[in-house]
Amino acid sequence: MTSTLTLPDAIEQRPPSSLPWARHSLTLAGRSIKKMMRHPEQFFDVTLQPVLFLMIFVYVLGGAIAGSTHDYLQFVLPGILIQTVLFSTVSIGVNLNTDIKEGVFDRFKSLPIARSAPLVGATIAECLRYSITIGISLIAGFVMGYRTSTSILDVLAACLLVLVFAWCLCWIAIWLGMISREAGSVQGIGFMALFPLTFGSSMFASADTMPGWLRAWVNVNPVTHLTDAVRGLLTGGPVAEDAFIALGTAGLILAVFAPLAVRAYRTKA
Amino acid sequence: MHELAVSRCQGRQSDDSGLQAAQTSMVDMTNYAIKAEGLTKHYGDTIALDGIDLAVPEGSVLGVLGPNGAGKTTAVRILATLLQPDAGHATVAGHDVLLDPTAVRRSIGLTGQYASVDEQLTGRENLELFARLLDFSRPDARARATELLGQFGLTEAADRRIKTYSGGMRRRLDLAASLVGRPEVIFLDEPTTGLDPSKRDDVWNLVRMLTAEGTSVLLTTQYLEEADALADAITVIDLGKVIAHGTAAELKQIVGGRSLQVRPTNVRDTADIRAVLSRITGRPVDEPTRGLLTTPIEDEKDFTDIVVDLAARGIPVTEIALKLPSLDEVFFTLTGKGVPDDAPADLDKEPVS
Repeated sequence: MTSTLTLPDAIEQRPPSSLPWARHSLTLAGRSIKKMMRHPEQFFDVTLQPVLFLMIFVYVLGGAIAGSTHDYLQFVLPGILIQTVLFSTVSIGVNLNTDIKEGVFDRFKSLPIARSAPLVGATIAECLRYSITIGISLIAGFVMGYRTSTSILDVLAACLLVLVFAWCLCWIAIWLGMISREAGSVQGIGFMALFPLTFGSSMFASADTMPGWLRAWVNVNPVTHLTDAVRGLLTGGPVAEDAFIALGTAGLILAVFAPLAVRAYRTKA
Repeated sequence: MHELAVSRCQGRQSDDSGLQAAQTSMVDMTNYAIKAEGLTKHYGDTIALDGIDLAVPEGSVLGVLGPNGAGKTTAVRILATLLQPDAGHATVAGHDVLLDPTAVRRSIGLTGQYASVDEQLTGRENLELFARLLDFSRPDARARATELLGQFGLTEAADRRIKTYSGGMRRRLDLAASLVGRPEVIFLDEPTTGLDPSKRDDVWNLVRMLTAEGTSVLLTTQYLEEADALADAITVIDLGKVIAHGTAAELKQIVGGRSLQVRPTNVRDTADIRAVLSRITGRPVDEPTRGLLTTPIEDEKDFTDIVVDLAARGIPVTEIALKLPSLDEVFFTLTGKGVPDDAPADLDKEPVS
């Protein structure tokens, strides 16, 4: 009897809102960011990795590949930047796979919020990590002597392009995280898929130097188009077609894997 | 072995049909917080639920009692809209779990076997998070969190992370988290599994506090004592089937076979008392512990006869009592097997297909 009186009480406290889904997702993104801040080691990969990779590729291999470390830095920076961001998309799948085994996801499912909100919230928080990677890569590059030759807007557009691509790609990792029994297998499958995508692209060397069969793959690899578009946006050159292909592929990945991931999450008991 | 057990339960079920019929005749007059009929759930070849009916009248506590793997958790997950049944239907707070899950979610609070809160966040952050997800405004969420933390004795631990909490504190926070939206119906899935007895009493008191406020509760437990202590009615399930339903007292009667206990004041009278007992009841007399005689008793008249006889002989006794069987014995009678006392709770987690 009291119970019938208390429920409307709870409803009254709901402020009118047109976009509860977005608000719930943002609330859950806040949760993920809080958790990240409490585990600063989660930022190691996105902060140290681009710096290490830049130093290895530029100072160890750069001279041999391009004849001059500075020339190679100008070429490889977008590649390292994209590679680090793409590799860091795997961790959301690993984290969610572990996270979901804790009871808190049961509670999310018992709340009157969209089933996708916890996943979308997590991806919003991931964007923070990707942005940090992008920023660190650019700063490290500048310190080592990398120079852009385009406007600040172009540079921002390059960053945004990488961010959007990574955000779409991370839904594959989420889906893997939902269907895998072990967090370890998410990591394994994720990295295995990322190797041909990143190394089999124009990130580290021009496709012209590669054998024909590999060139065929490199030329269709969406990461090649992403890299070329980012290169164009940072140091000049054609952008539109590559950006279009990269974004189109990303949109396709999102359209396929986001529903798959949400469905897998929904049915995961 | 599995099938054998099922048929034994079915055999038993028909014996209890009188009890169940008495229960169904009340149906139309009551408003139900939870009403489930024929809930069925399979995981591949494993049958988790085999057509169970559950009913929780508004404002009452139903104890769902069963051993690990009986299907308790599956039933709760279906009623809380986390799982869809393969067959059957259910309403919670008047809303159909399949047709209107969102309305059900607005009306329920769920407390799982393990604290379903975020370990990395503080108690306050958890409660505020759930309040925000229930569309409380920021100040309202803060106020509700403060209120609940106070109510559950967690004010001092409010700003510590959950992973630093003790088991009892965790359960309390978990319970508080399920109350954030002031739900009409609360599911408590084995709320005291793994807690030591004093912490268990804490949780019991909190559950009593809830029911005093008129909240309807479905409580699953593998502790007969817990169902007896908290529930208005008990549904016993095993292997996905309801094998009995009734109040604790009614369940105790199913087993029948009451016994008489007599404790002689002087040990030297033991033989005389034994003779009196066996003569009047015509049944063997046991001495389960030294200085305590027990005998099965069928006719209540025997009880008074024994008292009169002992008085006439001037034999003093310190205790003479008619005992109903314990719920453990009830369960044993119903299922033909004992209840694992302290089996690990995660055995009850249903397999994921």
